[in-house]
Amino acid sequence: MILAALPLPWPFEREFMQLALAAGLVVGICAPLIGTFMVQKRLSLMGDGIGHVAFAGVAAGLLAGVWPIWTALVAAVVGAVAIEWLRSRGRASGDLALAVLFYSGIAGGVVLTGLAGSLDAGTLTYLFGSILTVDDSDALTVAVLGAVIVAAVVVCRRALFAIVLDEEAARVAGLPVDALNLGLAALTAVTIVAGMRIVGVLLVAALMVLPVGAAQRLTRSFAATLLTASLIGAASAIVGLTAARQWALAPGGTIVLVAAACFLVSATVTSLPTRSPTAAADTR
Amino acid sequence: MTSAAAASGADGRSVALATVLIPKSEVAAITVVDVDAVSFVYRDTPVLDCVSFEVSAGEFVALTGPNGSGKSTLLRLILGLLVPIGGSVSLFGDPPRRVRDRWRIGYVPQRPASADELPATVQDVVATGRLARRGWWRRPGPADAAAVDDALDTVGLAELRTRRFAELSGGQQQRALIAKALVTSPELLVLDEPTTGVDVASQRRFRDTLVAARDRGTAVLLVSHELGAVAGDLDRLLLLRRGKIAFDGPPADLTATGVSLGVHATDLPIWLEGLE
Repeated sequence: MILAALPLPWPFEREFMQLALAAGLVVGICAPLIGTFMVQKRLSLMGDGIGHVAFAGVAAGLLAGVWPIWTALVAAVVGAVAIEWLRSRGRASGDLALAVLFYSGIAGGVVLTGLAGSLDAGTLTYLFGSILTVDDSDALTVAVLGAVIVAAVVVCRRALFAIVLDEEAARVAGLPVDALNLGLAALTAVTIVAGMRIVGVLLVAALMVLPVGAAQRLTRSFAATLLTASLIGAASAIVGLTAARQWALAPGGTIVLVAAACFLVSATVTSLPTRSPTAAADTR
Repeated sequence: MTSAAAASGADGRSVALATVLIPKSEVAAITVVDVDAVSFVYRDTPVLDCVSFEVSAGEFVALTGPNGSGKSTLLRLILGLLVPIGGSVSLFGDPPRRVRDRWRIGYVPQRPASADELPATVQDVVATGRLARRGWWRRPGPADAAAVDDALDTVGLAELRTRRFAELSGGQQQRALIAKALVTSPELLVLDEPTTGVDVASQRRFRDTLVAARDRGTAVLLVSHELGAVAGDLDRLLLLRRGKIAFDGPPADLTATGVSLGVHATDLPIWLEGLE
Protein backbone atom coordinates (compact mmCIF):
# COMPACT_ATOMS: atom_id res chain seq x y z
CA MET A 1 0.00 0.00 0.00
CA ILE A 2 1.60 3.21 -1.19
CA LEU A 3 -0.22 5.43 1.29
CA ALA A 4 0.85 3.24 4.18
CA ALA A 5 4.46 4.20 3.52
CA LEU A 6 3.77 7.92 3.82
CA PRO A 7 4.96 9.71 6.96
CA LEU A 8 1.58 11.27 7.78
CA PRO A 9 1.01 13.12 11.06
CA TRP A 10 -1.37 12.04 13.85
CA PRO A 11 -3.97 10.60 13.63
CA PHE A 12 -2.93 9.00 10.36
CA GLU A 13 0.60 7.89 11.30
CA ARG A 14 -0.39 4.21 11.70
CA GLU A 15 -0.94 1.89 8.72
CA PHE A 16 -4.52 0.96 9.65
CA MET A 17 -5.45 4.64 9.87
CA GLN A 18 -3.85 5.35 6.50
CA LEU A 19 -5.85 2.52 4.91
CA ALA A 20 -8.97 3.86 6.61
CA LEU A 21 -8.15 7.36 5.34
CA ALA A 22 -7.68 6.13 1.77
CA ALA A 23 -10.95 4.18 1.76
CA GLY A 24 -12.81 6.97 3.56
CA LEU A 25 -11.60 9.60 1.09
CA VAL A 26 -12.68 7.51 -1.91
CA VAL A 27 -16.17 6.99 -0.50
CA GLY A 28 -16.37 10.57 0.82
CA ILE A 29 -15.61 11.90 -2.66
CA CYS A 30 -17.61 9.42 -4.74
CA ALA A 31 -20.85 9.09 -2.75
CA PRO A 32 -21.80 12.78 -3.13
CA LEU A 33 -20.96 12.68 -6.86
CA ILE A 34 -23.72 10.14 -7.41
CA GLY A 35 -25.88 11.61 -4.66
CA THR A 36 -26.03 15.00 -6.40
CA PHE A 37 -28.05 13.47 -9.24
CA MET A 38 -30.21 11.34 -6.93
CA VAL A 39 -31.09 14.32 -4.72
CA GLN A 40 -32.08 16.44 -7.73
CA LYS A 41 -34.24 13.55 -8.99
CA ARG A 42 -35.90 13.49 -5.57
CA LEU A 43 -34.70 9.97 -4.96
CA SER A 44 -32.63 10.78 -1.89
CA LEU A 45 -33.69 7.56 -0.16
CA MET A 46 -32.78 5.30 -3.05
CA GLY A 47 -29.33 4.68 -1.58
CA ASP A 48 -30.98 3.47 1.62
CA GLY A 49 -33.21 1.06 -0.28
CA ILE A 50 -30.27 -0.32 -2.24
CA GLY A 51 -28.30 -0.62 1.01
CA HIS A 52 -30.95 -2.96 2.37
CA VAL A 53 -30.75 -5.12 -0.75
CA ALA A 54 -26.95 -5.10 -0.50
CA PHE A 55 -27.34 -6.50 3.03
CA ALA A 56 -29.29 -9.42 1.54
CA GLY A 57 -26.36 -9.87 -0.85
CA VAL A 58 -23.92 -9.90 2.05
CA ALA A 59 -25.99 -12.59 3.77
CA ALA A 60 -26.12 -14.61 0.54
CA GLY A 61 -22.33 -14.40 0.31
CA LEU A 62 -21.92 -15.56 3.90
CA LEU A 63 -24.32 -18.45 3.22
CA ALA A 64 -22.54 -19.47 0.00
CA GLY A 65 -19.03 -18.95 1.37
CA VAL A 66 -18.28 -16.24 -1.24
CA TRP A 67 -16.60 -12.90 -0.45
CA PRO A 68 -19.70 -10.84 0.55
CA ILE A 69 -18.56 -7.72 -1.32
CA TRP A 70 -19.16 -9.39 -4.68
CA THR A 71 -22.54 -10.89 -3.78
CA ALA A 72 -23.57 -7.55 -2.31
CA LEU A 73 -22.54 -5.83 -5.54
CA VAL A 74 -24.63 -8.22 -7.65
CA ALA A 75 -27.67 -7.89 -5.36
CA ALA A 76 -27.36 -4.10 -5.19
CA VAL A 77 -27.08 -3.67 -8.96
CA VAL A 78 -30.05 -5.99 -9.57
CA GLY A 79 -32.09 -4.14 -6.92
CA ALA A 80 -31.15 -0.73 -8.35
CA VAL A 81 -32.08 -1.73 -11.88
CA ALA A 82 -35.37 -3.21 -10.61
CA ILE A 83 -36.33 -0.03 -8.80
CA GLU A 84 -35.50 2.09 -11.84
CA TRP A 85 -37.60 -0.24 -13.99
CA LEU A 86 -40.56 -0.01 -11.58
CA ARG A 87 -40.25 3.78 -11.47
CA SER A 88 -39.72 4.48 -15.17
CA ARG A 89 -42.45 2.12 -16.39
CA GLY A 90 -44.91 3.69 -14.00
CA ARG A 91 -45.54 0.37 -12.28
CA ALA A 92 -44.98 2.05 -8.92
CA SER A 93 -44.37 5.58 -7.68
CA GLY A 94 -40.82 6.40 -6.65
CA ASP A 95 -41.45 6.09 -2.90
CA LEU A 96 -43.53 2.90 -3.23
CA ALA A 97 -40.84 1.27 -5.38
CA LEU A 98 -38.30 2.24 -2.71
CA ALA A 99 -40.46 0.77 0.04
CA VAL A 100 -40.74 -2.52 -1.84
CA LEU A 101 -36.96 -2.59 -2.14
CA PHE A 102 -36.39 -1.59 1.50
CA TYR A 103 -38.53 -4.29 3.05
CA SER A 104 -37.75 -7.07 0.59
CA GLY A 105 -34.04 -6.42 1.01
CA ILE A 106 -33.93 -6.37 4.79
CA ALA A 107 -36.29 -9.36 5.07
CA GLY A 108 -34.19 -11.35 2.60
CA GLY A 109 -31.06 -10.41 4.52
CA VAL A 110 -32.51 -11.55 7.83
CA VAL A 111 -33.69 -14.88 6.39
CA LEU A 112 -30.40 -15.59 4.62
CA THR A 113 -28.35 -14.58 7.66
CA GLY A 114 -30.44 -16.94 9.77
CA LEU A 115 -29.87 -19.77 7.29
CA ALA A 116 -26.14 -19.11 7.35
CA GLY A 117 -26.17 -18.98 11.14
CA SER A 118 -23.92 -15.95 10.91
CA LEU A 119 -25.71 -13.09 12.68
CA ASP A 120 -22.49 -12.18 14.47
CA ALA A 121 -19.82 -9.51 14.56
CA GLY A 122 -18.88 -10.28 10.95
CA THR A 123 -22.38 -9.39 9.77
CA LEU A 124 -22.45 -6.26 11.91
CA THR A 125 -19.25 -5.17 10.12
CA TYR A 126 -21.29 -4.77 6.94
CA LEU A 127 -24.33 -3.28 8.66
CA PHE A 128 -22.45 -0.56 10.54
CA GLY A 129 -19.08 -0.50 8.79
CA SER A 130 -15.65 -1.18 10.15
CA ILE A 131 -13.31 1.25 8.53
CA LEU A 132 -10.48 0.62 10.97
CA THR A 133 -10.26 -3.03 9.88
CA VAL A 134 -9.97 -2.20 6.17
CA ASP A 135 -7.10 -4.19 4.68
CA ASP A 136 -5.15 -3.81 1.43
CA SER A 137 -7.64 -5.80 -0.66
CA ASP A 138 -10.60 -3.86 0.77
CA ALA A 139 -8.86 -0.58 0.01
CA LEU A 140 -8.00 -1.73 -3.51
CA THR A 141 -11.60 -2.83 -4.15
CA VAL A 142 -12.93 0.51 -2.92
CA ALA A 143 -10.39 2.36 -5.07
CA VAL A 144 -11.38 0.42 -8.21
CA LEU A 145 -15.10 0.99 -7.58
CA GLY A 146 -14.37 4.66 -6.90
CA ALA A 147 -12.45 5.00 -10.17
CA VAL A 148 -15.44 3.53 -12.05
CA ILE A 149 -17.76 6.06 -10.40
CA VAL A 150 -15.53 9.08 -11.10
CA ALA A 151 -14.94 8.05 -14.72
CA ALA A 152 -18.66 7.53 -15.32
CA VAL A 153 -19.59 10.88 -13.77
CA VAL A 154 -16.92 12.73 -15.75
CA VAL A 155 -18.25 11.31 -19.03
CA CYS A 156 -22.00 11.38 -18.30
CA ARG A 157 -22.49 14.36 -15.98
CA ARG A 158 -23.82 16.78 -18.60
CA ALA A 159 -26.29 14.27 -19.99
CA LEU A 160 -27.38 13.26 -16.48
CA PHE A 161 -27.89 16.92 -15.62
CA ALA A 162 -30.09 17.31 -18.72
CA ILE A 163 -32.19 14.38 -17.51
CA VAL A 164 -32.41 15.83 -14.00
CA LEU A 165 -33.53 19.16 -15.49
CA ASP A 166 -36.29 17.65 -17.65
CA GLU A 167 -36.45 13.98 -18.56
CA GLU A 168 -38.98 14.48 -21.35
CA ALA A 169 -36.98 17.26 -22.99
CA ALA A 170 -33.89 15.05 -22.78
CA ARG A 171 -35.76 12.32 -24.68
CA VAL A 172 -36.80 14.82 -27.36
CA ALA A 173 -33.15 15.85 -27.67
CA GLY A 174 -32.28 12.23 -28.46
CA LEU A 175 -30.42 11.42 -25.26
CA PRO A 176 -30.48 7.71 -24.28
CA VAL A 177 -32.51 8.51 -21.17
CA ASP A 178 -33.43 4.94 -20.19
CA ALA A 179 -29.85 3.71 -20.53
CA LEU A 180 -28.47 6.66 -18.57
CA ASN A 181 -31.07 6.24 -15.81
CA LEU A 182 -30.20 2.56 -15.53
CA GLY A 183 -26.50 3.43 -15.52
CA LEU A 184 -27.06 5.94 -12.71
CA ALA A 185 -29.00 3.34 -10.72
CA ALA A 186 -26.18 0.84 -11.20
CA LEU A 187 -23.61 3.45 -10.13
CA THR A 188 -25.67 4.10 -7.01
CA ALA A 189 -25.41 0.39 -6.23
CA VAL A 190 -21.64 0.45 -6.81
CA THR A 191 -21.36 3.44 -4.45
CA ILE A 192 -23.33 1.65 -1.74
CA VAL A 193 -21.10 -1.41 -1.96
CA ALA A 194 -17.94 0.72 -2.03
CA GLY A 195 -19.06 2.42 1.18
CA MET A 196 -20.31 -0.72 2.90
CA ARG A 197 -17.09 -1.50 4.73
CA ILE A 198 -16.54 2.17 5.56
CA VAL A 199 -19.75 3.35 7.20
CA GLY A 200 -21.99 0.29 6.71
CA VAL A 201 -25.04 -0.32 4.52
CA LEU A 202 -27.29 1.46 7.00
CA LEU A 203 -25.33 4.72 6.85
CA VAL A 204 -23.62 4.87 3.46
CA ALA A 205 -26.63 6.53 1.82
CA ALA A 206 -26.17 9.42 4.26
CA LEU A 207 -22.90 10.28 2.52
CA MET A 208 -24.81 10.43 -0.77
CA VAL A 209 -27.28 12.98 0.57
CA LEU A 210 -25.93 15.13 3.44
CA PRO A 211 -22.89 16.63 1.64
CA VAL A 212 -25.11 17.38 -1.36
CA GLY A 213 -27.71 19.06 0.84
CA ALA A 214 -24.96 21.22 2.33
CA ALA A 215 -23.26 22.01 -0.99
CA GLN A 216 -26.31 22.98 -3.03
CA ARG A 217 -27.08 25.75 -0.56
CA LEU A 218 -23.62 27.23 -0.98
CA THR A 219 -23.11 27.04 -4.74
CA ARG A 220 -24.65 28.39 -7.91
CA SER A 221 -23.55 26.11 -10.74
CA PHE A 222 -24.07 22.38 -11.05
CA ALA A 223 -20.35 21.73 -11.49
CA ALA A 224 -19.61 23.70 -8.31
CA THR A 225 -22.25 21.65 -6.46
CA LEU A 226 -20.61 18.39 -7.55
CA LEU A 227 -17.16 19.61 -6.53
CA THR A 228 -18.22 21.17 -3.22
CA ALA A 229 -20.28 18.14 -2.21
CA SER A 230 -17.28 15.89 -2.84
CA LEU A 231 -15.03 18.20 -0.82
CA ILE A 232 -17.51 18.16 2.07
CA GLY A 233 -17.67 14.35 1.83
CA ALA A 234 -13.87 14.09 1.91
CA ALA A 235 -13.62 16.56 4.79
CA SER A 236 -16.25 14.57 6.70
CA ALA A 237 -14.13 11.44 6.31
CA ILE A 238 -10.98 13.17 7.56
CA VAL A 239 -12.63 14.97 10.48
CA GLY A 240 -14.75 11.94 11.36
CA LEU A 241 -11.77 9.61 11.48
CA THR A 242 -9.79 12.12 13.54
CA ALA A 243 -12.62 12.54 16.04
CA ALA A 244 -13.17 8.78 16.22
CA ARG A 245 -9.47 8.22 16.98
CA GLN A 246 -9.33 11.01 19.56
CA TRP A 247 -12.43 10.04 21.49
CA ALA A 248 -12.66 6.32 20.65
CA LEU A 249 -15.96 6.73 18.78
CA ALA A 250 -17.50 4.48 16.13
CA PRO A 251 -15.81 5.87 12.99
CA GLY A 252 -18.65 5.23 10.51
CA GLY A 253 -21.24 6.99 12.60
CA THR A 254 -18.83 9.82 13.41
CA ILE A 255 -18.14 10.48 9.71
CA VAL A 256 -21.89 10.70 9.02
CA LEU A 257 -22.44 12.99 12.04
CA VAL A 258 -19.75 15.35 10.73
CA ALA A 259 -21.52 15.41 7.34
CA ALA A 260 -24.81 16.15 9.13
CA ALA A 261 -23.10 18.99 11.03
CA CYS A 262 -21.89 20.42 7.69
CA PHE A 263 -25.48 20.39 6.45
CA LEU A 264 -26.72 22.19 9.57
CA VAL A 265 -24.00 24.84 9.30
CA SER A 266 -24.75 25.35 5.62
CA ALA A 267 -28.49 25.61 6.27
CA THR A 268 -27.93 28.09 9.08
CA VAL A 269 -25.47 30.27 7.16
CA THR A 270 -27.61 30.42 4.02
CA SER A 271 -30.78 31.23 5.93
CA LEU A 272 -29.20 34.36 7.41
CA PRO A 273 -30.54 37.57 5.81
CA THR A 274 -28.39 38.96 3.02
CA ARG A 275 -28.12 42.50 1.74
CA SER A 276 -28.32 41.75 -1.98
CA PRO A 277 -31.81 41.47 -3.45
CA THR A 278 -32.81 38.35 -5.35
CA ALA A 279 -33.62 38.31 -9.01
CA ALA A 280 -37.28 37.88 -8.37
CA ALA A 281 -37.90 41.55 -8.91
CA ASP A 282 -35.95 41.59 -12.17
CA THR A 283 -38.44 41.30 -14.95
CA ARG A 284 -36.25 42.23 -17.84
CA MET B 1 -31.62 23.83 -43.50
CA THR B 2 -29.82 26.33 -41.33
CA SER B 3 -30.18 30.03 -40.92
CA ALA B 4 -27.37 32.03 -42.36
CA ALA B 5 -28.40 34.89 -44.62
CA ALA B 6 -31.63 36.71 -45.21
CA ALA B 7 -33.86 37.22 -48.21
CA SER B 8 -37.07 39.12 -48.72
CA GLY B 9 -40.05 37.03 -49.65
CA ALA B 10 -43.16 38.01 -51.53
CA ASP B 11 -44.86 39.14 -48.33
CA GLY B 12 -41.88 41.19 -47.29
CA ARG B 13 -40.83 38.75 -44.57
CA SER B 14 -37.14 37.81 -44.39
CA VAL B 15 -36.26 34.16 -44.62
CA ALA B 16 -32.87 32.48 -44.69
CA LEU B 17 -32.06 28.92 -45.61
CA ALA B 18 -28.50 27.63 -45.52
CA THR B 19 -26.35 29.70 -47.83
CA VAL B 20 -28.98 29.71 -50.55
CA LEU B 21 -31.49 32.52 -50.56
CA ILE B 22 -34.96 31.06 -50.97
CA PRO B 23 -38.11 33.13 -51.31
CA LYS B 24 -40.67 32.86 -48.53
CA SER B 25 -43.17 31.20 -50.83
CA GLU B 26 -40.76 28.33 -51.49
CA VAL B 27 -39.78 27.98 -47.84
CA ALA B 28 -43.42 27.51 -46.93
CA ALA B 29 -43.55 24.60 -49.36
CA ILE B 30 -41.18 22.62 -47.10
CA THR B 31 -43.36 20.53 -44.77
CA VAL B 32 -41.76 20.18 -41.35
CA VAL B 33 -44.62 18.60 -39.36
CA ASP B 34 -47.09 16.29 -41.08
CA VAL B 35 -49.91 14.93 -38.92
CA ASP B 36 -52.02 12.58 -41.05
CA ALA B 37 -55.30 11.13 -39.77
CA VAL B 38 -53.86 10.59 -36.29
CA SER B 39 -55.95 8.85 -33.66
CA PHE B 40 -55.05 8.03 -30.08
CA VAL B 41 -56.79 6.21 -27.26
CA TYR B 42 -55.82 6.40 -23.59
CA ARG B 43 -57.14 3.54 -21.44
CA ASP B 44 -60.11 2.94 -23.74
CA THR B 45 -60.93 6.68 -23.82
CA PRO B 46 -60.63 8.25 -27.29
CA VAL B 47 -58.36 11.30 -27.07
CA LEU B 48 -57.69 12.16 -30.72
CA ASP B 49 -59.87 11.24 -33.67
CA CYS B 50 -58.44 11.42 -37.18
CA VAL B 51 -56.51 14.68 -36.71
CA SER B 52 -54.67 16.03 -39.75
CA PHE B 53 -52.64 19.16 -40.38
CA GLU B 54 -49.24 20.30 -41.57
CA VAL B 55 -46.79 22.92 -40.39
CA SER B 56 -44.36 24.32 -42.93
CA ALA B 57 -40.97 25.97 -42.60
CA GLY B 58 -41.24 29.63 -41.69
CA GLU B 59 -44.79 29.21 -40.43
CA PHE B 60 -46.02 30.29 -36.99
CA VAL B 61 -48.89 28.03 -35.90
CA ALA B 62 -50.70 27.92 -32.57
CA LEU B 63 -52.58 24.91 -31.28
CA THR B 64 -55.24 25.76 -28.72
CA GLY B 65 -58.42 24.39 -27.21
CA PRO B 66 -60.14 23.76 -23.89
CA ASN B 67 -58.70 21.54 -21.18
CA GLY B 68 -58.97 17.87 -22.12
CA SER B 69 -59.22 18.60 -25.83
CA GLY B 70 -56.12 16.52 -26.59
CA LYS B 71 -53.51 19.29 -27.05
CA SER B 72 -50.89 17.74 -24.79
CA THR B 73 -51.40 14.28 -26.29
CA LEU B 74 -51.03 15.68 -29.78
CA LEU B 75 -47.86 17.51 -28.73
CA ARG B 76 -46.37 14.29 -27.31
CA LEU B 77 -47.26 12.41 -30.50
CA ILE B 78 -45.53 15.04 -32.62
CA LEU B 79 -42.41 14.83 -30.46
CA GLY B 80 -42.34 11.04 -30.61
CA LEU B 81 -43.01 10.59 -26.89
CA LEU B 82 -46.19 8.67 -27.78
CA VAL B 83 -47.08 6.54 -30.80
CA PRO B 84 -50.49 6.96 -32.51
CA ILE B 85 -52.83 3.99 -32.75
CA GLY B 86 -53.99 5.20 -36.13
CA GLY B 87 -52.59 7.50 -38.80
CA SER B 88 -49.05 8.80 -38.84
CA VAL B 89 -46.85 11.69 -37.73
CA SER B 90 -43.71 12.71 -39.53
CA LEU B 91 -41.09 15.34 -38.83
CA PHE B 92 -38.88 16.33 -41.75
CA GLY B 93 -40.32 13.37 -43.64
CA ASP B 94 -39.48 10.74 -41.02
CA PRO B 95 -41.39 9.29 -38.05
CA PRO B 96 -40.45 11.42 -34.98
CA ARG B 97 -38.46 8.65 -33.29
CA ARG B 98 -36.39 8.12 -36.43
CA VAL B 99 -35.26 11.72 -36.86
CA ARG B 100 -31.49 11.36 -36.51
CA ASP B 101 -30.49 15.01 -36.23
CA ARG B 102 -32.39 15.75 -33.04
CA TRP B 103 -30.94 19.27 -32.90
CA ARG B 104 -33.42 20.16 -35.65
CA ILE B 105 -36.17 19.99 -32.99
CA GLY B 106 -36.25 22.68 -30.31
CA TYR B 107 -38.63 21.85 -27.47
CA VAL B 108 -39.71 24.24 -24.73
CA PRO B 109 -41.47 22.24 -22.00
CA GLN B 110 -43.57 23.65 -19.23
CA ARG B 111 -41.48 24.93 -16.35
CA PRO B 112 -39.77 21.85 -14.85
CA ALA B 113 -40.80 20.69 -11.39
CA SER B 114 -37.15 20.60 -10.30
CA ALA B 115 -36.66 24.31 -11.04
CA ASP B 116 -37.19 25.59 -7.50
CA GLU B 117 -34.21 23.83 -5.96
CA LEU B 118 -31.96 23.22 -8.93
CA PRO B 119 -28.33 24.11 -8.12
CA ALA B 120 -27.52 25.35 -11.59
CA THR B 121 -26.89 28.65 -13.36
CA VAL B 122 -28.89 29.97 -16.28
CA GLN B 123 -25.86 29.18 -18.43
CA ASP B 124 -25.84 25.54 -17.19
CA VAL B 125 -29.47 25.14 -18.21
CA VAL B 126 -29.08 26.69 -21.66
CA ALA B 127 -25.92 24.68 -22.38
CA THR B 128 -27.77 21.36 -21.99
CA GLY B 129 -29.54 22.22 -25.25
CA ARG B 130 -26.24 21.78 -27.10
CA LEU B 131 -26.01 18.07 -26.20
CA ALA B 132 -28.33 17.25 -29.12
CA ARG B 133 -25.99 19.02 -31.50
CA ARG B 134 -22.54 17.79 -30.44
CA GLY B 135 -23.32 14.38 -28.87
CA TRP B 136 -24.02 13.93 -25.15
CA TRP B 137 -20.67 12.35 -24.34
CA ARG B 138 -18.55 15.10 -25.93
CA ARG B 139 -16.97 18.05 -24.12
CA PRO B 140 -18.30 21.48 -25.10
CA GLY B 141 -16.12 23.53 -27.44
CA PRO B 142 -15.91 27.18 -28.53
CA ALA B 143 -18.86 26.74 -30.92
CA ASP B 144 -21.02 25.58 -28.02
CA ALA B 145 -20.00 28.56 -25.86
CA ALA B 146 -20.74 30.97 -28.71
CA ALA B 147 -24.14 29.38 -29.34
CA VAL B 148 -25.04 29.69 -25.65
CA ASP B 149 -24.00 33.37 -25.72
CA ASP B 150 -26.13 34.01 -28.80
CA ALA B 151 -29.18 32.24 -27.37
CA LEU B 152 -28.92 34.17 -24.09
CA ASP B 153 -28.61 37.43 -26.03
CA THR B 154 -31.67 36.52 -28.10
CA VAL B 155 -33.89 36.11 -25.05
CA GLY B 156 -32.33 39.03 -23.18
CA LEU B 157 -30.75 37.03 -20.36
CA ALA B 158 -27.07 37.61 -21.13
CA GLU B 159 -26.56 39.65 -17.96
CA LEU B 160 -28.13 36.95 -15.80
CA ARG B 161 -26.13 34.06 -17.22
CA THR B 162 -24.31 33.29 -13.95
CA ARG B 163 -27.43 33.78 -11.85
CA ARG B 164 -28.89 30.68 -10.25
CA PHE B 165 -31.79 29.41 -12.38
CA ALA B 166 -34.00 28.92 -9.32
CA GLU B 167 -33.60 32.62 -8.41
CA LEU B 168 -35.14 33.84 -11.67
CA SER B 169 -38.75 34.93 -11.98
CA GLY B 170 -41.16 32.58 -13.77
CA GLY B 171 -40.92 34.65 -16.95
CA GLN B 172 -37.14 34.66 -16.86
CA GLN B 173 -37.04 30.90 -16.32
CA GLN B 174 -39.30 30.43 -19.32
CA ARG B 175 -37.00 32.62 -21.43
CA ALA B 176 -34.02 30.56 -20.33
CA LEU B 177 -35.84 27.41 -21.47
CA ILE B 178 -36.56 29.06 -24.82
CA ALA B 179 -32.85 29.90 -25.10
CA LYS B 180 -32.08 26.23 -24.36
CA ALA B 181 -34.34 25.25 -27.28
CA LEU B 182 -32.88 27.91 -29.61
CA VAL B 183 -29.26 27.07 -28.86
CA THR B 184 -29.10 24.45 -31.61
CA SER B 185 -30.65 26.75 -34.23
CA PRO B 186 -33.58 24.35 -34.62
CA GLU B 187 -35.72 24.09 -37.74
CA LEU B 188 -38.80 23.26 -35.68
CA LEU B 189 -39.61 24.98 -32.40
CA VAL B 190 -42.34 23.36 -30.27
CA LEU B 191 -43.52 25.20 -27.15
CA ASP B 192 -45.82 23.76 -24.47
CA GLU B 193 -47.81 26.41 -22.56
CA PRO B 194 -44.80 28.73 -22.41
CA THR B 195 -46.56 31.85 -21.13
CA THR B 196 -48.33 30.35 -18.13
CA GLY B 197 -47.63 32.66 -15.19
CA VAL B 198 -45.30 34.87 -17.20
CA ASP B 199 -45.14 38.64 -16.62
CA VAL B 200 -46.05 41.12 -19.36
CA ALA B 201 -42.45 42.19 -20.10
CA SER B 202 -41.39 38.59 -20.59
CA GLN B 203 -44.40 37.94 -22.82
CA ARG B 204 -43.33 40.82 -25.06
CA ARG B 205 -39.79 39.45 -25.26
CA PHE B 206 -41.23 35.99 -25.83
CA ARG B 207 -43.30 37.26 -28.78
CA ASP B 208 -40.28 39.01 -30.34
CA THR B 209 -38.19 35.85 -30.01
CA LEU B 210 -40.75 33.62 -31.69
CA VAL B 211 -41.38 36.07 -34.53
CA ALA B 212 -37.62 36.34 -35.12
CA ALA B 213 -37.33 32.53 -35.19
CA ARG B 214 -40.20 32.30 -37.68
CA ASP B 215 -38.59 34.97 -39.85
CA ARG B 216 -35.37 32.95 -39.93
CA GLY B 217 -37.32 30.06 -41.50
CA THR B 218 -38.04 28.08 -38.34
CA ALA B 219 -41.41 26.36 -38.14
CA VAL B 220 -42.96 27.41 -34.82
CA LEU B 221 -45.71 25.33 -33.18
CA LEU B 222 -47.08 26.91 -30.02
CA VAL B 223 -49.41 24.93 -27.78
CA SER B 224 -51.15 27.30 -25.38
CA HIS B 225 -54.35 28.42 -23.70
CA GLU B 226 -53.09 31.98 -23.75
CA LEU B 227 -52.36 33.45 -27.20
CA GLY B 228 -52.88 37.13 -26.46
CA ALA B 229 -49.18 37.99 -26.72
CA VAL B 230 -48.77 36.52 -30.20
CA ALA B 231 -52.30 36.74 -31.61
CA GLY B 232 -51.32 39.33 -34.21
CA ASP B 233 -48.33 37.35 -35.46
CA LEU B 234 -49.81 33.90 -36.00
CA ASP B 235 -50.00 32.53 -39.53
CA ARG B 236 -52.50 29.87 -38.55
CA LEU B 237 -54.54 28.79 -35.62
CA LEU B 238 -55.52 25.17 -34.94
CA LEU B 239 -58.36 24.69 -32.52
CA LEU B 240 -58.83 21.28 -30.96
CA ARG B 241 -62.11 20.22 -29.48
CA ARG B 242 -62.86 16.77 -28.10
CA GLY B 243 -59.99 15.30 -30.06
CA LYS B 244 -60.88 16.83 -33.41
CA ILE B 245 -59.75 19.91 -35.29
CA ALA B 246 -62.64 22.37 -34.92
CA PHE B 247 -60.89 25.24 -36.69
CA ASP B 248 -57.83 25.54 -38.92
CA GLY B 249 -57.20 28.91 -40.48
CA PRO B 250 -55.97 32.46 -40.01
CA PRO B 251 -56.66 33.79 -36.50
CA ALA B 252 -58.50 36.75 -38.00
CA ASP B 253 -61.22 34.42 -39.23
CA LEU B 254 -61.82 33.29 -35.68
CA THR B 255 -61.55 36.67 -33.97
CA ALA B 256 -64.01 38.10 -36.52
CA THR B 257 -66.65 35.91 -34.89
CA GLY B 258 -66.02 37.60 -31.56
CA VAL B 259 -63.71 35.02 -30.00
CA SER B 260 -60.72 36.49 -28.17
CA LEU B 261 -57.34 34.76 -28.27
CA GLY B 262 -56.54 35.66 -24.69
CA VAL B 263 -57.38 33.46 -21.73
CA HIS B 264 -60.09 31.03 -22.83
CA ALA B 265 -62.03 30.94 -19.62
CA THR B 266 -65.36 31.83 -21.14
CA ASP B 267 -65.64 32.83 -24.77
CA LEU B 268 -63.84 29.94 -26.49
CA PRO B 269 -65.87 27.15 -24.91
CA ILE B 270 -69.05 29.12 -25.67
CA TRP B 271 -67.98 29.60 -29.28
CA LEU B 272 -67.13 25.91 -29.57
CA GLU B 273 -70.56 24.94 -28.33
CA GLY B 274 -72.01 27.19 -31.03
CA LEU B 275 -70.33 25.07 -33.68
CA GLU B 276 -72.84 22.31 -33.19
